[in-house]
Amino acid sequence: MQIYLPIAELSVNALLILMLGGGVGFLSGLFGVGGGFLMTPLLIFIGVPPAVAVGTQANQLVGASVSGVLAHWRRNNVDVKLGGVMLIGGALGTGLGVWLFGLLQKLGHIDLVISLSYVLFLGTVSSLMLTESVRAIVKGRGAPVRSKLHHHTWLHGLPLKMRFPRSRLYISALLPAFIGFVGGVLVAIMGIGGGFLLVPAMIYILGMPTALVAGTSLFQIIFTTGLAAFLQAVGNQTVDIVLALLLLVGGVIGAQFGTRAGARLRGEQARALLALMVLAVAVKLAVDLIIRPEDVFSITLPVMS
Amino acid sequence: MTRRSRRLLALPMALLAGFCLWQASRPAWAQSLVADLSSHLIAITTGFTGTDVVLFGAVDGDGDVAVVVQGPEGEVTVRRKGRVAGIWMNVEDVTFSRVPAYYTVAVTAPLEGGVPPAVLQRHEIGLDYVRLLPEKAKLPPEKQAEFRAALIRNKQRAGLYTTEVGEVSFLGQRLFRTRIFFPANVATGTYTASVFLIRDGDVVSAQTTPLLVSKIGFSANVFEFAQRNSVFYAILGIMLAVTSGWLAGIVFRKS
Repeated sequence: MQIYLPIAELSVNALLILMLGGGVGFLSGLFGVGGGFLMTPLLIFIGVPPAVAVGTQANQLVGASVSGVLAHWRRNNVDVKLGGVMLIGGALGTGLGVWLFGLLQKLGHIDLVISLSYVLFLGTVSSLMLTESVRAIVKGRGAPVRSKLHHHTWLHGLPLKMRFPRSRLYISALLPAFIGFVGGVLVAIMGIGGGFLLVPAMIYILGMPTALVAGTSLFQIIFTTGLAAFLQAVGNQTVDIVLALLLLVGGVIGAQFGTRAGARLRGEQARALLALMVLAVAVKLAVDLIIRPEDVFSITLPVMS
Repeated sequence: MTRRSRRLLALPMALLAGFCLWQASRPAWAQSLVADLSSHLIAITTGFTGTDVVLFGAVDGDGDVAVVVQGPEGEVTVRRKGRVAGIWMNVEDVTFSRVPAYYTVAVTAPLEGGVPPAVLQRHEIGLDYVRLLPEKAKLPPEKQAEFRAALIRNKQRAGLYTTEVGEVSFLGQRLFRTRIFFPANVATGTYTASVFLIRDGDVVSAQTTPLLVSKIGFSANVFEFAQRNSVFYAILGIMLAVTSGWLAGIVFRKS
């Protein structure tokens, strides 16, 4: 069934979009990530303009995060105070990101920056995650070795120390705010929630209890993606509500099945699979940057006079 | 020809027949070319996947017919990628002003050879003769030609610039018709369909008909709303997302 997307201005197969949403939703439920890193490149691949893909994806991620955070909220696995501090940085980062997006679009480098950010961030995080999880699988069921984590480093000497009772942490508020800031920039530029980056950062940099990490990062992502969606819709008119709705319907259903399937996966296996998938996306984008494009010329969408 | 397109053609053919009768009942006048479209409005609705418009008409004698349809003009930037530190990135760009978003030409027979380029140039008949001028005047001619060719190539790949030699068919001596395809990614705005009668290497008669491409119904409302009340649109979008996420969380908890 073909359906015309009013903002993206192209006709797509509604079933294909529902299936894409469902498939990515399944994976996001399986691994507990937003799935934006898969969906945004897929949307661009089927012909959605990058700006619309990123804007719409931000809107869709709001729904996915709300759906995800509910389960964590019921189990009281959300540190609202820490999430709130991250959010301050996140809001600033999102604002900067949306502004940067517009600027880069004008300069003609947005596609390059999107691809480079994917390669850089996804490549690094997935390689680290893969080595860590493979080591855990090889070693059997031992937890990853993190003996050096609680040594006193310069990170603990930062000012503005704050108590986060829920996470049993006494750390500088600048740390979560900075992590949130980086996440916010990524939301705006890459059209992803940034969970895959926030989660390891919260575990390894903040030293947060693992149980609270997923819920707290999702809690924070709701607001940064919401802000990004708002700013993109108001500033650039790049949120396609019809596309977002199709993705949401597929996504929330897929995510529920994914969560159930995920219960059967062991933690390190799930992490290794996720890392492989993310790495594949990063490698694909890196290859596209390096090999000679089919046509070295490209054209912009017309600006009507 | 598929059954669907045959059905699609039934109406224009009936119109064509009526048009001929009407023509015959009138006193002969000096006009050597008359043409019209099966529809002057292309409505982009939610189910829009592209559409055909039939252009039909009559001529008073021999000659070739060329049909040029072009769409709303806008500014387009053509960018060239180059290798910088092993990575392909945009290194050069040329902006063309007043580029038609859509251009198609259909002719009865290849015009090259029989018609002087100056004539084709004047009427913009053929992709080689479309007026595409860069904003900066001081561009070396080779560079301009290179970027111009790239612009046309990219437009062709998107299905928005087409040439169809031999696609204007004559029914008997006087009547002609052609089908013009508008793909799903066609831009909204005002288009013109120009018909030229070419005899002895010159355009002896021409007629231009307007054509409107417009979003209609739901997709038009959404687009309008997103443009005019972007703040409400943004809030609505977010509320939609929150509600569906919330609903999914509740529905799937019970089951």
